[in-house]
Amino acid sequence: MKHESVETNAGLLIILTLAVISIGGLVEIVPLFYIDDTIEEVEGVRPYTPLEQRGRDLYVREGCYTCHSQMVRPFRDEMLRYGHYSLAAESQYDHPFQWGSKRTGPDLARVGGKYSNEWQVQHLINPKSLVPESIMPGYPWLATTRLDFSDIEQRMIALRRVGVPYSVNQEEFEANAERFGEEVAVMLDINRAEENLVAQAQQENFDGDPSFISEMDAMVAYLQVLGTMVDFTDYSEGHFADFR
Amino acid sequence: MSTNDKPANERPRKKPDEVETTGHIWDASLQEYNNPLPRWWLWGFYATVVFAVVYWILFPAWPIGDGFTKGLNTITFEQDGEEVTTHWNTRSLLARDMQTGTHAVRQREMLETVGAMEYDEILADVDAMSFVNAYAKGSYGTWCAACHQTGGAGVMAQYPNLRDDNWHWGGTVEQIEETLVLGRLGYMPGYRETLNSEQLEQVAAYVLSLNGYEMDEESVSAGGDIFTGELGGCFQCHGMDAAGIASQGAPNLTNDLWGLVDVPGAADDAERVARVSSFVHEGVQRVMPAFADRLSPTEIKVLTAYVHSLGGGQ
Repeated sequence: MKHESVETNAGLLIILTLAVISIGGLVEIVPLFYIDDTIEEVEGVRPYTPLEQRGRDLYVREGCYTCHSQMVRPFRDEMLRYGHYSLAAESQYDHPFQWGSKRTGPDLARVGGKYSNEWQVQHLINPKSLVPESIMPGYPWLATTRLDFSDIEQRMIALRRVGVPYSVNQEEFEANAERFGEEVAVMLDINRAEENLVAQAQQENFDGDPSFISEMDAMVAYLQVLGTMVDFTDYSEGHFADFR
Repeated sequence: MSTNDKPANERPRKKPDEVETTGHIWDASLQEYNNPLPRWWLWGFYATVVFAVVYWILFPAWPIGDGFTKGLNTITFEQDGEEVTTHWNTRSLLARDMQTGTHAVRQREMLETVGAMEYDEILADVDAMSFVNAYAKGSYGTWCAACHQTGGAGVMAQYPNLRDDNWHWGGTVEQIEETLVLGRLGYMPGYRETLNSEQLEQVAAYVLSLNGYEMDEESVSAGGDIFTGELGGCFQCHGMDAAGIASQGAPNLTNDLWGLVDVPGAADDAERVARVSSFVHEGVQRVMPAFADRLSPTEIKVLTAYVHSLGGGQ
């Protein structure tokens, strides 16, 4: 094909340009779907409960990812500050993942359990009251806004379509029970989503106000589970290097 | 390009000092120079090609089937007591860095040294304390500062000040270490049912008088009866002399140091009484988390020495 015929034919030029630039993407992205070790085999990672999932939606809605990453990189100083580096397996049920690329605030991949619920609530309402040097804005409406969970089932169905193992029937429920254990499988049952959400919010009372289920309940439930699913004491230091 | 109104073979002749054109002419006179690429750029480009080929050979690069080319570069580190050699990857690099990196080794040596020392030796040793301060800057910053604040001054009415002489659970190194290891659950019941508002004010007046505030004598004496008597029973945790009992987490109420009630921030005696009595009315429950399963004994030792040295250590 002559150079001139490509340059003088806009349609052909567009097609060939697209073909050339997609090579880079294809070579880098496609293999990740069939290389064996992309997602590590690890115990404990499960999909979010309905309440945590709503919290995650709020995390996305409020744009937390614009200042907080969720990706501890495999460097010594990051390990010392945040804990074990993030695994691909830990965000396998995140759609979309919240790795982020900007750390105006600290990384949140392992923030779960690091601070008390009480601290999280006050910090979200007014960060400066606890960390005077903080530049994070307050999110006081989370505590006063009733959590809308009327569409929780649809949200879970949407996630199920992209591969998150929420169950809709007895067969899938039993598969989950075998994979994650009975207790978790119940939380992943779409038919019981609303009831599970209410029960978790009432039982754990994340925001300290039992009178109603606020957005704060969901947000804190999500923050408190981040990075806590895998028990890294079960694995030796170099174990996850075998997957690379 | 349809405006290209002259065929390419009618290329204008090149004069010796002129740059050649591509031969394209648009709108009768618009031409395009055909400058050669600058030499430095061309060689730079060849260099990146060579770099890429070397990189493919040394590092993981090309996906093949369900695996990928591993590259010739290797990393050796220790896993479960055995030496493992793998192809180059960032996770193994980290494992090796944690085991044999210069800073990691130095830090481990210092942690071992400090871990083997007694507290009084650490606190008296300049080198040990300089390591404690350096290490705690990160460790305290990530685990403690969120509540107790970067400088250790805490938050009035919420998180205790670690720099003053006021200790709920005791300020000796042993007590601080126990607080870190086991965590603490501080609880004072509210007196909503037990005391009426007049009695609450009397107790408040009594407590304030112990701290040097001039209070109405009658209230003080009535408050003292409640404090030391069965009705209030305050003495059971705070002691008959109100000097506090560390094993109960009950602070000293006579030293004019206030952590949970903002007395210093009150404008006058009436407001001080109001604040103390409202605190007694409501009661309080505070949690200090346990760190035994998050930090190693040596890290806890370093933090203990650091907190003790902040100013209030006993």
